[in-house]
Amino acid sequence: MSSPHLKPPVGPEDHIQGGAGAEITLVEYGDFECPYCGAAYPILKRVQRRLGKKLRFVFRQFPIAESHPHAESAAEASESVAAQGGPKAFWRMHDQLFENQRALQYDDLARYAAKAGVKGDVVLNDLDEGRYRELVRESFMSGARSGVNGTPTLFIDGIRYDGPRDEEALVAALTLVEGRPVSA
Amino acid sequence: MHSTPLPPGIPAPAFTLPAGPGRQVSLADSRGRPVVLAFYPADWSPVCGNQLTLYSALTAEWDRLGAEMIGISVDGPWCHSAYGEARNLKVTLLADFEPKGAVSRAYGVYDQSKGTSQRALFVIDSDGIIRWSYLSPAEVNPGADGILEALEQLAQPEAAAARTAR
Repeated sequence: MSSPHLKPPVGPEDHIQGGAGAEITLVEYGDFECPYCGAAYPILKRVQRRLGKKLRFVFRQFPIAESHPHAESAAEASESVAAQGGPKAFWRMHDQLFENQRALQYDDLARYAAKAGVKGDVVLNDLDEGRYRELVRESFMSGARSGVNGTPTLFIDGIRYDGPRDEEALVAALTLVEGRPVSA
Repeated sequence: MHSTPLPPGIPAPAFTLPAGPGRQVSLADSRGRPVVLAFYPADWSPVCGNQLTLYSALTAEWDRLGAEMIGISVDGPWCHSAYGEARNLKVTLLADFEPKGAVSRAYGVYDQSKGTSQRALFVIDSDGIIRWSYLSPAEVNPGADGILEALEQLAQPEAAAARTAR
């Protein structure tokens, strides 16, 4: 089996941070309650800052409910926020979830949603109705088909990255993508 | 000493193993529907945990594909039941415990030097024929993409082929 590839490729449905003109795409399949994703969060932020406009970052949902009982509702809540408030609200929600991984109860989710600029009670209602369950499931399945084997799993330009997740290693991997070296 | 996993196209060796204290599972029980065998080195190891948790999270998908997901290691049945409970696993875990590793050997995935199963996957069709096998480095969680592809190929050979070609 060759290195697993991202299926489907990044598209308009994705949560994307960074311009369309970016030269490199980094995709994370993540779980808001996963401690390894929490550990990767500030590192990925620093990598984004260092690469600036060269990098676009994509987050896809991969909640593993068997290990993390709040992961599914956190994922659905972030989709509700995105639907209500667009990409900026989504990323504000994303950041708060990773910065508060130990407080992911319903009232916490509503509070973060309000801080992200949307209505918290709409989020709670969406959770009750399971409005974004299917969307989250689709993201999960796209990960399973793409070779996601745990969280976080990263893809650089569509190819799974299995290397170390420290800042220097990531910057090196992102800037030495074969065929078009980019200076950090 | 590594061996080679049995290749596609041949009948999957029959076996009966304990699935926890007091319960036996035979491969023949699953005749009529596809089975996935996930051999793994050990309960409680981090990589194995992630792999089996992922397969548990995909329970709805195995159901949709009509397939049974079975994990096999040389750990004993009590160890398996404690492990499955602690990790909230929804995968049947079989104990290849006595004679140790006999089923892993029959499938060509026993690591003699470590005394454990290797990390290997088999997709067996409803007639008991191996249709896909994969040996993973012990430290790498092979994920589910290969299994999903193989099962979909079994379910709908033409549709799956078209999807791959696309």
